[in-house]
Amino acid sequence: MTVTNDSSSEVWIFAEQADGKTKGTAYGLISKGRKLADDLGTRVSAVCFSHSTEGAQELISCGADRVYLVDDPDPINHDEESYARELIELIRRERPSIVLAAATPLGSSFIPRVAAALDTGLTANCTVLEIDLESRLLVQTRSAFGGNLMATIICPQARPQMATVRPYAFKRGISDQSRQGKIVRVDLEKQPVSSRTKLLNVINDLGQKVKLEEADIVVCGGRGLGKAENFHVIAELADVLGAGLASSRPPVDDGWIAYSHQIGQTGKTVAPRLYIACGISGAPQHLAGMQNSEIILAINEDPRAPIFEVATYGIVGDLFKVVPMLTARLGELRG
Amino acid sequence: MNIVVCMKQVPGKFNIEIDPQTDTLIRGGTDNIIGPFDMNALEEGFRLKEKHSGKVYVISMGPSQVEESLREAVALGADEAILLCDPAFDGSDTWATSYVLSRGIRKLDRPDIVICGKQTIDGETGQVGPQLAEMLQLPFVSCVSKIEEVADGHITVQRMAEEGHHLVEMQLPGVISVVKEINVPRLPSLRGLMQSKKAHITLWNARELGVDVARVGLQGSPTRIVRVFRPQRASQGELLQGSPESQVEQLIEKLKATKVL
Repeated sequence: MTVTNDSSSEVWIFAEQADGKTKGTAYGLISKGRKLADDLGTRVSAVCFSHSTEGAQELISCGADRVYLVDDPDPINHDEESYARELIELIRRERPSIVLAAATPLGSSFIPRVAAALDTGLTANCTVLEIDLESRLLVQTRSAFGGNLMATIICPQARPQMATVRPYAFKRGISDQSRQGKIVRVDLEKQPVSSRTKLLNVINDLGQKVKLEEADIVVCGGRGLGKAENFHVIAELADVLGAGLASSRPPVDDGWIAYSHQIGQTGKTVAPRLYIACGISGAPQHLAGMQNSEIILAINEDPRAPIFEVATYGIVGDLFKVVPMLTARLGELRG
Repeated sequence: MNIVVCMKQVPGKFNIEIDPQTDTLIRGGTDNIIGPFDMNALEEGFRLKEKHSGKVYVISMGPSQVEESLREAVALGADEAILLCDPAFDGSDTWATSYVLSRGIRKLDRPDIVICGKQTIDGETGQVGPQLAEMLQLPFVSCVSKIEEVADGHITVQRMAEEGHHLVEMQLPGVISVVKEINVPRLPSLRGLMQSKKAHITLWNARELGVDVARVGLQGSPTRIVRVFRPQRASQGELLQGSPESQVEQLIEKLKATKVL
Protein backbone atom coordinates (compact mmCIF):
# COMPACT_ATOMS: atom_id res chain seq x y z
CA MET A 1 0.00 0.00 0.00
CA THR A 2 1.12 3.51 -0.78
CA VAL A 3 1.61 5.39 2.43
CA THR A 4 1.73 9.07 1.68
CA ASN A 5 1.27 10.88 4.91
CA ASP A 6 3.26 13.89 3.84
CA SER A 7 0.10 15.60 2.59
CA SER A 8 -0.52 19.28 3.25
CA SER A 9 -3.57 18.39 5.39
CA GLU A 10 -5.74 20.79 3.39
CA VAL A 11 -9.41 20.00 2.79
CA TRP A 12 -10.54 20.29 -0.82
CA ILE A 13 -13.96 20.32 -2.33
CA PHE A 14 -14.80 19.99 -6.01
CA ALA A 15 -17.17 22.83 -6.93
CA GLU A 16 -19.08 21.52 -9.93
CA GLN A 17 -20.10 24.02 -12.58
CA ALA A 18 -23.20 23.93 -14.77
CA ASP A 19 -24.25 26.56 -17.28
CA GLY A 20 -21.39 28.81 -16.17
CA LYS A 21 -22.45 28.72 -12.50
CA THR A 22 -21.48 26.80 -9.40
CA LYS A 23 -24.05 24.10 -8.69
CA GLY A 24 -26.07 24.61 -5.51
CA THR A 25 -24.81 21.42 -3.90
CA ALA A 26 -21.22 22.77 -3.87
CA TYR A 27 -22.16 25.37 -1.24
CA GLY A 28 -23.21 22.71 1.26
CA LEU A 29 -19.91 20.97 0.56
CA ILE A 30 -17.89 24.10 1.25
CA SER A 31 -19.70 24.59 4.58
CA LYS A 32 -18.90 21.02 5.55
CA GLY A 33 -15.33 21.42 4.28
CA ARG A 34 -14.97 24.56 6.40
CA LYS A 35 -16.07 22.68 9.50
CA LEU A 36 -13.69 19.79 8.84
CA ALA A 37 -10.81 22.20 8.14
CA ASP A 38 -11.52 24.07 11.40
CA ASP A 39 -11.44 20.78 13.29
CA LEU A 40 -8.07 20.02 11.71
CA GLY A 41 -6.80 23.57 12.03
CA THR A 42 -6.20 23.82 8.31
CA ARG A 43 -7.41 25.49 5.12
CA VAL A 44 -10.33 24.59 2.89
CA SER A 45 -9.97 25.08 -0.84
CA ALA A 46 -12.44 24.73 -3.68
CA VAL A 47 -11.49 23.48 -7.13
CA CYS A 48 -13.49 24.91 -10.04
CA PHE A 49 -13.23 23.98 -13.68
CA SER A 50 -14.17 27.38 -14.93
CA HIS A 51 -12.70 30.36 -16.68
CA SER A 52 -14.58 33.06 -14.83
CA THR A 53 -13.69 34.27 -11.33
CA GLU A 54 -17.29 35.31 -10.69
CA GLY A 55 -18.40 32.18 -8.82
CA ALA A 56 -15.11 32.00 -6.92
CA GLN A 57 -15.98 34.99 -4.74
CA GLU A 58 -19.22 33.37 -3.62
CA LEU A 59 -17.32 30.21 -2.63
CA ILE A 60 -15.01 32.38 -0.54
CA SER A 61 -17.99 34.11 1.07
CA CYS A 62 -19.32 30.67 1.98
CA GLY A 63 -16.10 29.58 3.66
CA ALA A 64 -13.37 28.77 1.13
CA ASP A 65 -9.88 30.05 1.94
CA ARG A 66 -8.71 29.43 -1.56
CA VAL A 67 -10.25 28.74 -4.94
CA TYR A 68 -8.27 26.93 -7.59
CA LEU A 69 -9.55 27.94 -11.00
CA VAL A 70 -8.71 25.47 -13.73
CA ASP A 71 -9.66 26.75 -17.16
CA ASP A 72 -12.25 24.62 -18.88
CA PRO A 73 -12.06 25.19 -22.61
CA ASP A 74 -15.11 23.02 -23.24
CA PRO A 75 -17.64 23.51 -20.42
CA ILE A 76 -20.48 21.96 -22.40
CA ASN A 77 -18.83 18.64 -23.09
CA HIS A 78 -17.67 18.11 -19.47
CA ASP A 79 -14.87 15.86 -20.67
CA GLU A 80 -14.56 13.56 -17.68
CA GLU A 81 -11.19 12.14 -18.65
CA SER A 82 -9.57 15.55 -18.90
CA TYR A 83 -11.22 16.66 -15.64
CA ALA A 84 -9.79 13.55 -14.04
CA ARG A 85 -6.29 14.12 -15.48
CA GLU A 86 -6.25 17.73 -14.29
CA LEU A 87 -7.58 17.01 -10.83
CA ILE A 88 -5.09 14.14 -10.45
CA GLU A 89 -2.22 16.43 -11.40
CA LEU A 90 -3.38 19.19 -9.09
CA ILE A 91 -3.77 16.76 -6.17
CA ARG A 92 -0.30 15.32 -6.81
CA ARG A 93 1.13 18.81 -6.79
CA GLU A 94 -0.66 20.27 -3.77
CA ARG A 95 -1.22 17.09 -1.73
CA PRO A 96 -4.49 17.81 0.06
CA SER A 97 -5.43 15.48 2.88
CA ILE A 98 -9.14 15.30 2.06
CA VAL A 99 -10.98 15.66 -1.27
CA LEU A 100 -14.78 15.85 -1.38
CA ALA A 101 -17.17 16.05 -4.32
CA ALA A 102 -20.93 15.85 -4.71
CA ALA A 103 -22.24 12.48 -5.90
CA THR A 104 -23.91 14.06 -8.94
CA PRO A 105 -23.86 12.16 -12.24
CA LEU A 106 -20.60 13.94 -13.10
CA GLY A 107 -18.98 13.52 -9.68
CA SER A 108 -19.99 9.88 -9.39
CA SER A 109 -18.54 9.19 -12.80
CA PHE A 110 -15.16 10.94 -12.81
CA ILE A 111 -14.11 11.14 -9.14
CA PRO A 112 -13.72 7.32 -8.96
CA ARG A 113 -11.17 7.61 -11.80
CA VAL A 114 -9.21 10.14 -9.75
CA ALA A 115 -9.14 7.88 -6.68
CA ALA A 116 -8.18 4.87 -8.81
CA ALA A 117 -5.26 6.72 -10.37
CA LEU A 118 -4.06 8.03 -7.01
CA ASP A 119 -4.24 4.53 -5.45
CA THR A 120 -6.42 5.88 -2.68
CA GLY A 121 -9.76 5.05 -1.11
CA LEU A 122 -13.08 6.59 -2.09
CA THR A 123 -16.31 6.36 -0.11
CA ALA A 124 -19.45 6.80 -2.19
CA ASN A 125 -22.47 8.92 -1.44
CA CYS A 126 -21.67 9.85 2.18
CA THR A 127 -24.23 11.54 4.38
CA VAL A 128 -22.12 12.14 7.48
CA LEU A 129 -18.52 13.37 7.54
CA GLU A 130 -16.58 14.07 10.73
CA ILE A 131 -13.02 14.36 11.91
CA ASP A 132 -11.89 11.94 14.60
CA LEU A 133 -9.92 14.39 16.68
CA GLU A 134 -7.58 11.77 18.08
CA SER A 135 -6.47 10.13 14.83
CA ARG A 136 -7.26 13.22 12.70
CA LEU A 137 -8.88 10.84 10.22
CA LEU A 138 -11.97 11.61 8.15
CA VAL A 139 -14.81 9.43 9.43
CA GLN A 140 -17.24 8.78 6.59
CA THR A 141 -20.75 7.36 6.94
CA ARG A 142 -22.96 6.19 4.13
CA SER A 143 -26.00 4.05 3.58
CA ALA A 144 -26.02 0.76 1.69
CA PHE A 145 -28.33 -2.19 1.08
CA GLY A 146 -31.17 -0.01 -0.16
CA GLY A 147 -31.03 2.26 2.87
CA ASN A 148 -31.31 -0.68 5.28
CA LEU A 149 -27.79 -0.34 6.64
CA MET A 150 -25.34 2.40 7.50
CA ALA A 151 -21.57 1.90 7.33
CA THR A 152 -18.80 4.02 8.77
CA ILE A 153 -15.61 3.96 6.74
CA ILE A 154 -12.10 5.34 7.11
CA CYS A 155 -9.09 5.53 4.83
CA PRO A 156 -6.27 5.09 7.35
CA GLN A 157 -3.15 5.39 5.22
CA ALA A 158 -3.57 6.30 1.57
CA ARG A 159 -3.97 10.00 0.75
CA PRO A 160 -5.96 11.96 0.01
CA GLN A 161 -8.98 10.63 1.88
CA MET A 162 -11.71 10.91 -0.73
CA ALA A 163 -15.49 10.86 -0.54
CA THR A 164 -18.40 11.67 -2.74
CA VAL A 165 -21.27 13.19 -0.82
CA ARG A 166 -24.98 12.71 -1.34
CA PRO A 167 -26.11 15.92 -3.07
CA TYR A 168 -27.63 18.42 -0.64
CA ALA A 169 -26.81 16.22 2.37
CA PHE A 170 -25.11 19.26 3.90
CA LYS A 171 -26.74 22.62 4.37
CA ARG A 172 -25.34 25.73 2.84
CA GLY A 173 -23.92 28.04 5.50
CA ILE A 174 -24.44 31.76 5.83
CA SER A 175 -22.57 33.72 3.22
CA ASP A 176 -20.26 36.46 4.52
CA GLN A 177 -19.31 38.92 1.78
CA SER A 178 -16.47 40.33 3.87
CA ARG A 179 -14.60 37.03 3.99
CA GLN A 180 -11.22 37.13 2.31
CA GLY A 181 -9.72 34.37 0.24
CA LYS A 182 -7.31 33.76 -2.55
CA ILE A 183 -8.15 32.90 -6.13
CA VAL A 184 -5.43 30.82 -7.74
CA ARG A 185 -5.43 30.33 -11.48
CA VAL A 186 -4.00 26.96 -12.27
CA ASP A 187 -2.03 26.43 -15.42
CA LEU A 188 -1.51 22.77 -15.83
CA GLU A 189 0.72 21.59 -18.55
CA LYS A 190 -1.81 20.45 -21.05
CA GLN A 191 -0.98 17.60 -23.29
CA PRO A 192 -3.10 18.05 -26.37
CA VAL A 193 -5.13 14.90 -26.00
CA SER A 194 -8.20 14.52 -28.11
CA SER A 195 -11.22 13.65 -26.04
CA ARG A 196 -12.32 10.03 -26.27
CA THR A 197 -15.92 10.86 -25.42
CA LYS A 198 -17.99 13.52 -27.12
CA LEU A 199 -21.35 14.95 -26.10
CA LEU A 200 -23.41 15.03 -29.30
CA ASN A 201 -26.73 16.24 -27.99
CA VAL A 202 -28.62 17.12 -24.81
CA ILE A 203 -32.23 15.99 -24.74
CA ASN A 204 -34.15 17.70 -21.95
CA ASP A 205 -37.42 16.29 -20.74
CA LEU A 206 -40.16 18.79 -21.28
CA GLY A 207 -42.61 19.43 -18.49
CA GLN A 208 -40.17 20.21 -15.71
CA LYS A 209 -40.98 23.83 -14.92
CA VAL A 210 -38.93 24.13 -11.75
CA LYS A 211 -35.48 22.58 -11.35
CA LEU A 212 -35.97 19.98 -8.63
CA GLU A 213 -32.57 20.25 -6.99
CA GLU A 214 -32.85 24.01 -6.65
CA ALA A 215 -36.51 24.19 -5.64
CA ASP A 216 -37.55 25.55 -2.22
CA ILE A 217 -40.63 23.38 -2.25
CA VAL A 218 -41.02 19.94 -3.85
CA VAL A 219 -44.33 18.15 -4.33
CA CYS A 220 -43.90 14.44 -4.88
CA GLY A 221 -46.40 11.78 -5.90
CA GLY A 222 -46.21 8.03 -5.46
CA ARG A 223 -48.07 4.86 -6.24
CA GLY A 224 -51.03 6.19 -4.28
CA LEU A 225 -51.85 8.40 -7.26
CA GLY A 226 -53.17 5.27 -8.93
CA LYS A 227 -52.63 6.22 -12.56
CA ALA A 228 -50.82 8.65 -14.86
CA GLU A 229 -53.90 10.84 -15.36
CA ASN A 230 -54.03 11.60 -11.64
CA PHE A 231 -50.69 13.37 -11.61
CA HIS A 232 -52.52 16.62 -12.35
CA VAL A 233 -53.80 16.58 -8.75
CA ILE A 234 -50.30 17.14 -7.37
CA ALA A 235 -49.13 19.16 -10.42
CA GLU A 236 -51.78 21.75 -9.51
CA LEU A 237 -50.51 21.90 -5.94
CA ALA A 238 -46.97 22.30 -7.25
CA ASP A 239 -48.12 25.10 -9.55
CA VAL A 240 -49.80 27.11 -6.84
CA LEU A 241 -46.69 26.79 -4.66
CA GLY A 242 -44.20 27.37 -7.48
CA ALA A 243 -42.80 24.01 -6.44
CA GLY A 244 -40.85 21.33 -8.28
CA LEU A 245 -42.89 18.31 -9.38
CA ALA A 246 -41.40 14.97 -8.38
CA SER A 247 -42.21 11.30 -8.27
CA SER A 248 -41.18 8.26 -6.30
CA ARG A 249 -39.94 5.27 -8.27
CA PRO A 250 -43.13 3.27 -8.98
CA PRO A 251 -44.83 5.94 -11.16
CA VAL A 252 -41.61 6.30 -13.16
CA ASP A 253 -41.34 2.53 -13.57
CA ASP A 254 -44.92 2.45 -14.79
CA GLY A 255 -44.23 5.22 -17.26
CA TRP A 256 -46.57 7.78 -15.69
CA ILE A 257 -43.85 10.43 -15.55
CA ALA A 258 -40.27 10.89 -16.85
CA TYR A 259 -37.25 9.63 -14.94
CA SER A 260 -35.88 13.14 -14.46
CA HIS A 261 -38.65 13.64 -11.86
CA GLN A 262 -37.61 10.65 -9.76
CA ILE A 263 -36.49 11.18 -6.16
CA GLY A 264 -34.60 8.50 -4.28
CA GLN A 265 -31.66 6.17 -4.29
CA THR A 266 -31.73 5.67 -8.05
CA GLY A 267 -33.01 9.15 -8.81
CA LYS A 268 -32.32 12.61 -7.51
CA THR A 269 -31.58 13.77 -4.01
CA VAL A 270 -33.29 16.90 -2.83
CA ALA A 271 -33.36 18.83 0.43
CA PRO A 272 -35.93 21.59 -0.04
CA ARG A 273 -37.42 23.73 2.71
CA LEU A 274 -40.72 21.89 2.29
CA TYR A 275 -41.26 18.42 0.85
CA ILE A 276 -44.82 17.27 0.30
CA ALA A 277 -45.14 13.50 -0.15
CA CYS A 278 -48.50 12.43 -1.57
CA GLY A 279 -49.42 8.77 -1.70
CA ILE A 280 -45.87 7.68 -0.95
CA SER A 281 -45.28 4.80 1.44
CA GLY A 282 -41.67 5.77 2.14
CA ALA A 283 -39.41 2.86 1.21
CA PRO A 284 -35.82 3.35 2.46
CA GLN A 285 -34.78 3.96 -1.16
CA HIS A 286 -37.17 6.90 -1.39
CA LEU A 287 -36.27 8.29 2.03
CA ALA A 288 -32.61 8.32 0.94
CA GLY A 289 -33.47 10.97 -1.62
CA MET A 290 -35.46 13.38 0.55
CA GLN A 291 -34.93 12.86 4.26
CA ASN A 292 -32.72 15.93 4.61
CA SER A 293 -35.63 18.18 3.69
CA GLU A 294 -36.34 20.83 6.32
CA ILE A 295 -40.07 20.19 6.68
CA ILE A 296 -41.67 17.00 5.42
CA LEU A 297 -45.41 16.80 4.96
CA ALA A 298 -46.81 13.34 4.29
CA ILE A 299 -50.30 12.61 3.04
CA ASN A 300 -51.15 8.92 2.93
CA GLU A 301 -54.10 6.66 3.59
CA ASP A 302 -52.10 4.09 5.53
CA PRO A 303 -51.23 5.27 9.05
CA ARG A 304 -48.46 2.64 9.22
CA ALA A 305 -46.65 3.93 6.11
CA PRO A 306 -42.95 4.46 6.97
CA ILE A 307 -43.10 7.94 5.44
CA PHE A 308 -44.79 9.08 8.68
CA GLU A 309 -41.62 8.13 10.57
CA VAL A 310 -39.72 10.93 8.86
CA ALA A 311 -42.61 13.36 8.41
CA THR A 312 -42.73 16.63 10.32
CA TYR A 313 -46.48 16.77 9.75
CA GLY A 314 -48.63 13.86 8.73
CA ILE A 315 -52.15 13.68 7.40
CA VAL A 316 -53.70 10.23 7.34
CA GLY A 317 -56.34 10.49 4.67
CA ASP A 318 -57.37 10.35 1.06
CA LEU A 319 -54.96 12.42 -0.99
CA PHE A 320 -57.65 13.02 -3.63
CA LYS A 321 -59.64 14.89 -0.96
CA VAL A 322 -56.83 16.53 0.98
CA VAL A 323 -54.58 17.72 -1.85
CA PRO A 324 -57.24 19.62 -3.88
CA MET A 325 -58.44 21.21 -0.63
CA LEU A 326 -54.90 22.29 0.18
CA THR A 327 -54.40 23.58 -3.37
CA ALA A 328 -57.60 25.61 -3.17
CA ARG A 329 -56.73 27.13 0.23
CA LEU A 330 -53.21 28.00 -0.87
CA GLY A 331 -54.62 29.51 -4.05
CA GLU A 332 -56.81 31.81 -1.96
CA LEU A 333 -53.88 32.77 0.26
CA ARG A 334 -51.56 33.48 -2.61
CA GLY A 335 -54.35 35.32 -4.41
CA MET B 1 -16.79 -7.96 -31.16
CA ASN B 2 -15.23 -9.05 -27.88
CA ILE B 3 -17.64 -8.11 -25.15
CA VAL B 4 -16.78 -8.35 -21.45
CA VAL B 5 -19.53 -8.16 -18.84
CA CYS B 6 -18.60 -7.68 -15.19
CA MET B 7 -20.90 -9.38 -12.75
CA LYS B 8 -21.29 -9.47 -8.98
CA GLN B 9 -23.19 -12.05 -7.02
CA VAL B 10 -25.37 -10.33 -4.43
CA PRO B 11 -27.80 -11.49 -1.75
CA GLY B 12 -31.30 -11.90 -3.18
CA LYS B 13 -32.95 -10.91 0.07
CA PHE B 14 -31.54 -8.53 2.60
CA ASN B 15 -31.66 -10.37 5.85
CA ILE B 16 -29.41 -8.00 7.66
CA GLU B 17 -28.03 -8.97 11.00
CA ILE B 18 -25.27 -7.16 12.79
CA ASP B 19 -22.89 -8.92 15.13
CA PRO B 20 -23.13 -6.79 18.31
CA GLN B 21 -19.64 -7.86 19.41
CA THR B 22 -17.71 -6.94 16.31
CA ASP B 23 -20.09 -4.46 14.66
CA THR B 24 -19.78 -6.37 11.42
CA LEU B 25 -22.34 -7.72 9.04
CA ILE B 26 -23.50 -11.31 9.33
CA ARG B 27 -24.37 -12.44 5.85
CA GLY B 28 -26.28 -15.61 6.45
CA GLY B 29 -27.99 -18.10 4.19
CA THR B 30 -29.83 -15.86 1.79
CA ASP B 31 -30.30 -16.85 -1.83
CA ASN B 32 -27.68 -15.32 -4.02
CA ILE B 33 -28.52 -13.75 -7.35
CA ILE B 34 -26.76 -11.97 -10.19
CA GLY B 35 -26.88 -8.23 -9.43
CA PRO B 36 -30.02 -6.82 -11.16
CA PHE B 37 -28.09 -4.13 -13.05
CA ASP B 38 -25.54 -6.78 -14.04
CA MET B 39 -28.43 -8.74 -15.58
CA ASN B 40 -29.06 -5.68 -17.77
CA ALA B 41 -25.33 -5.55 -18.59
CA LEU B 42 -25.39 -9.22 -19.64
CA GLU B 43 -28.51 -8.74 -21.75
CA GLU B 44 -26.95 -5.77 -23.53
CA GLY B 45 -23.83 -7.85 -24.14
CA PHE B 46 -25.90 -10.60 -25.76
CA ARG B 47 -27.72 -8.08 -27.93
CA LEU B 48 -24.43 -6.56 -29.11
CA LYS B 49 -23.17 -10.03 -29.98
CA GLU B 50 -26.35 -10.88 -31.86
CA LYS B 51 -25.98 -7.74 -33.94
CA HIS B 52 -22.24 -7.56 -34.46
CA SER B 53 -21.19 -11.19 -33.80
CA GLY B 54 -18.34 -12.01 -31.46
CA LYS B 55 -18.03 -13.38 -28.00
CA VAL B 56 -19.45 -12.52 -24.58
CA TYR B 57 -17.15 -13.06 -21.61
CA VAL B 58 -18.62 -12.83 -18.16
CA ILE B 59 -16.17 -12.11 -15.37
CA SER B 60 -16.59 -11.93 -11.63
CA MET B 61 -14.47 -11.66 -8.51
CA GLY B 62 -15.67 -13.58 -5.50
CA PRO B 63 -15.69 -16.83 -3.54
CA SER B 64 -16.22 -20.21 -5.22
CA GLN B 65 -20.00 -20.04 -4.75
CA VAL B 66 -20.07 -17.36 -7.49
CA GLU B 67 -19.57 -20.23 -9.95
CA GLU B 68 -23.31 -20.82 -9.61
CA SER B 69 -24.12 -17.33 -10.86
CA LEU B 70 -21.57 -17.64 -13.66
CA ARG B 71 -23.31 -20.82 -14.81
CA GLU B 72 -26.55 -18.87 -14.84
CA ALA B 73 -24.86 -16.28 -17.09
CA VAL B 74 -23.72 -19.11 -19.40
CA ALA B 75 -27.28 -20.46 -19.46
CA LEU B 76 -28.42 -17.02 -20.59
CA GLY B 77 -25.85 -16.92 -23.39
CA ALA B 78 -22.35 -16.08 -22.16
CA ASP B 79 -19.64 -17.82 -24.20
CA GLU B 80 -17.00 -17.86 -21.50
CA ALA B 81 -17.13 -17.44 -17.74
CA ILE B 82 -14.19 -16.44 -15.60
CA LEU B 83 -14.05 -16.40 -11.83
CA LEU B 84 -11.28 -14.43 -10.14
CA CYS B 85 -11.05 -16.33 -6.91
CA ASP B 86 -8.49 -16.21 -4.15
CA PRO B 87 -8.82 -16.00 -0.37
CA ALA B 88 -6.55 -12.95 -0.61
CA PHE B 89 -9.37 -11.06 -2.37
CA ASP B 90 -11.86 -11.37 0.51
CA GLY B 91 -12.96 -8.01 1.85
CA SER B 92 -11.63 -5.99 -1.09
CA ASP B 93 -13.00 -2.46 -1.43
CA THR B 94 -13.85 -0.86 -4.77
CA TRP B 95 -10.24 0.11 -5.52
CA ALA B 96 -8.97 -3.41 -4.88
CA THR B 97 -11.90 -5.01 -6.72
CA SER B 98 -11.30 -2.83 -9.76
CA TYR B 99 -7.61 -3.71 -9.61
CA VAL B 100 -8.31 -7.45 -9.59
CA LEU B 101 -10.95 -7.19 -12.34
CA SER B 102 -8.63 -5.08 -14.48
CA ARG B 103 -5.95 -7.77 -14.21
CA GLY B 104 -8.48 -10.39 -15.28
CA ILE B 105 -9.73 -8.35 -18.23
CA ARG B 106 -6.16 -7.73 -19.40
CA LYS B 107 -5.73 -11.48 -19.76
CA LEU B 108 -8.68 -11.72 -22.15
CA ASP B 109 -8.46 -11.40 -25.91
CA ARG B 110 -8.50 -7.61 -26.50
CA PRO B 111 -12.01 -6.59 -25.44
CA ASP B 112 -13.84 -4.00 -27.55
CA ILE B 113 -16.26 -3.09 -24.82
CA VAL B 114 -16.59 -3.71 -21.08
CA ILE B 115 -20.13 -3.48 -19.69
CA CYS B 116 -20.94 -3.07 -15.99
CA GLY B 117 -24.19 -2.55 -14.15
CA LYS B 118 -24.75 0.99 -12.84
CA GLN B 119 -24.15 -0.23 -9.30
CA THR B 120 -24.56 -3.27 -7.11
CA ILE B 121 -27.59 -3.53 -4.84
CA ASP B 122 -25.55 -4.31 -1.74
CA GLY B 123 -22.63 -1.87 -1.67
CA GLU B 124 -24.34 0.54 -4.10
CA THR B 125 -21.19 2.55 -4.78
CA GLY B 126 -21.21 2.50 -8.59
CA GLN B 127 -17.45 3.02 -8.42
CA VAL B 128 -16.09 -0.16 -9.96
CA GLY B 129 -17.06 0.79 -13.55
CA PRO B 130 -15.16 4.10 -13.65
CA GLN B 131 -12.26 2.75 -11.56
CA LEU B 132 -11.91 -0.20 -13.89
CA ALA B 133 -11.89 2.21 -16.85
CA GLU B 134 -9.09 4.19 -15.22
CA MET B 135 -7.01 1.11 -14.50
CA LEU B 136 -7.52 -0.18 -18.05
CA GLN B 137 -6.84 3.34 -19.37
CA LEU B 138 -10.12 3.32 -21.26
CA PRO B 139 -12.86 5.94 -21.68
CA PHE B 140 -16.06 5.51 -19.68
CA VAL B 141 -19.71 6.50 -19.95
CA SER B 142 -22.01 5.94 -16.96
CA CYS B 143 -25.76 5.31 -16.72
CA VAL B 144 -26.29 4.23 -20.33
CA SER B 145 -29.99 3.76 -21.12
CA LYS B 146 -29.66 2.94 -24.82
CA ILE B 147 -27.01 1.91 -27.31
CA GLU B 148 -27.77 3.76 -30.52
CA GLU B 149 -25.01 2.56 -32.78
CA VAL B 150 -21.68 0.77 -32.94
CA ALA B 151 -19.61 1.71 -35.97
CA ASP B 152 -16.04 2.57 -37.01
CA GLY B 153 -14.48 2.10 -33.63
CA HIS B 154 -17.11 4.22 -31.89
CA ILE B 155 -20.21 3.61 -29.86
CA THR B 156 -23.05 6.11 -29.60
CA VAL B 157 -25.16 5.85 -26.46
CA GLN B 158 -27.86 7.64 -24.52
CA ARG B 159 -26.88 8.46 -20.97
CA MET B 160 -29.33 9.35 -18.23
CA ALA B 161 -28.72 12.93 -17.14
CA GLU B 162 -30.18 15.17 -14.46
CA GLU B 163 -32.64 16.85 -16.78
CA GLY B 164 -33.16 14.19 -19.41
CA HIS B 165 -30.69 12.40 -21.64
CA HIS B 166 -27.31 12.99 -23.22
CA LEU B 167 -26.30 11.54 -26.55
CA VAL B 168 -22.65 10.59 -26.17
CA GLU B 169 -20.13 9.14 -28.58
CA MET B 170 -17.27 7.12 -27.13
CA GLN B 171 -14.20 5.64 -28.77
CA LEU B 172 -13.79 1.89 -28.51
CA PRO B 173 -12.44 0.05 -26.66
CA GLY B 174 -14.26 1.58 -23.75
CA VAL B 175 -16.28 0.90 -20.61
CA ILE B 176 -19.97 1.64 -20.06
CA SER B 177 -22.26 1.17 -17.09
CA VAL B 178 -25.92 0.49 -17.77
CA VAL B 179 -29.20 1.32 -16.02
CA LYS B 180 -32.23 -0.95 -15.90
CA GLU B 181 -34.07 1.16 -18.50
CA ILE B 182 -31.74 -0.18 -21.19
CA ASN B 183 -33.49 -3.54 -21.67
CA VAL B 184 -35.50 -6.36 -20.18
CA PRO B 185 -33.19 -9.30 -19.41
CA ARG B 186 -34.09 -12.58 -21.08
CA LEU B 187 -34.81 -15.86 -19.34
CA PRO B 188 -32.53 -18.84 -19.85
CA SER B 189 -33.47 -21.37 -22.53
CA LEU B 190 -33.75 -25.04 -21.70
CA ARG B 191 -30.79 -25.73 -23.98
CA GLY B 192 -28.79 -23.02 -22.27
CA LEU B 193 -29.57 -24.49 -18.88
CA MET B 194 -28.41 -27.92 -20.01
CA GLN B 195 -25.20 -26.56 -21.50
CA SER B 196 -24.40 -24.45 -18.50
CA LYS B 197 -24.31 -27.50 -16.24
CA LYS B 198 -21.21 -28.84 -17.93
CA ALA B 199 -19.75 -25.51 -19.02
CA HIS B 200 -16.14 -24.86 -18.11
CA ILE B 201 -15.62 -22.03 -15.63
CA THR B 202 -12.13 -20.57 -15.82
CA LEU B 203 -10.61 -19.92 -12.41
CA TRP B 204 -7.77 -17.45 -11.95
CA ASN B 205 -6.09 -16.82 -8.62
CA ALA B 206 -3.92 -13.91 -7.49
CA ARG B 207 -0.71 -15.49 -8.78
CA GLU B 208 -2.20 -16.28 -12.20
CA LEU B 209 -3.48 -12.72 -12.42
CA GLY B 210 -0.20 -11.18 -11.32
CA VAL B 211 -2.07 -9.39 -8.52
CA ASP B 212 0.01 -7.92 -5.70
CA VAL B 213 -1.73 -9.51 -2.70
CA ALA B 214 -0.52 -6.72 -0.42
CA ARG B 215 -2.89 -4.35 -2.26
CA VAL B 216 -6.12 -6.36 -2.07
CA GLY B 217 -8.45 -7.91 0.48
CA LEU B 218 -9.44 -6.59 3.86
CA GLN B 219 -5.89 -5.60 4.82
CA GLY B 220 -4.66 -4.29 1.48
CA SER B 221 -7.68 -2.14 0.51
CA PRO B 222 -7.29 1.60 0.98
CA THR B 223 -10.58 1.91 2.89
CA ARG B 224 -11.72 0.13 6.01
CA ILE B 225 -15.23 -0.33 7.38
CA VAL B 226 -15.11 0.45 11.09
CA ARG B 227 -18.76 0.14 11.97
CA VAL B 228 -22.10 -0.96 10.53
CA PHE B 229 -25.45 -0.10 12.06
CA ARG B 230 -29.12 0.25 11.27
CA PRO B 231 -30.38 3.71 10.39
CA GLN B 232 -32.29 5.30 13.26
CA ARG B 233 -35.52 6.97 12.39
CA ALA B 234 -36.93 8.53 15.50
CA SER B 235 -40.12 10.24 14.52
CA GLN B 236 -40.70 13.61 16.11
CA GLY B 237 -43.49 14.26 13.69
CA GLU B 238 -47.03 15.25 14.40
CA LEU B 239 -50.10 13.58 12.96
CA LEU B 240 -52.78 16.16 12.35
CA GLN B 241 -56.21 15.25 13.69
CA GLY B 242 -59.76 16.15 12.83
CA SER B 243 -61.72 16.43 9.60
CA PRO B 244 -59.81 16.90 6.32
CA GLU B 245 -60.89 20.58 6.33
CA SER B 246 -59.53 21.11 9.83
CA GLN B 247 -56.33 19.20 9.03
CA VAL B 248 -55.69 21.46 6.05
CA GLU B 249 -56.33 24.57 8.17
CA GLN B 250 -53.97 23.39 10.93
CA LEU B 251 -51.36 22.60 8.34
CA ILE B 252 -51.55 26.02 6.72
CA GLU B 253 -51.18 27.72 10.12
CA LYS B 254 -48.13 25.58 10.89
CA LEU B 255 -46.53 26.24 7.53
CA LYS B 256 -47.16 29.96 7.90
CA ALA B 257 -45.46 29.87 11.28
CA THR B 258 -42.34 28.29 9.78
CA LYS B 259 -42.27 31.03 7.12
CA VAL B 260 -42.01 28.48 4.35
CA LEU B 261 -45.17 29.92 2.78
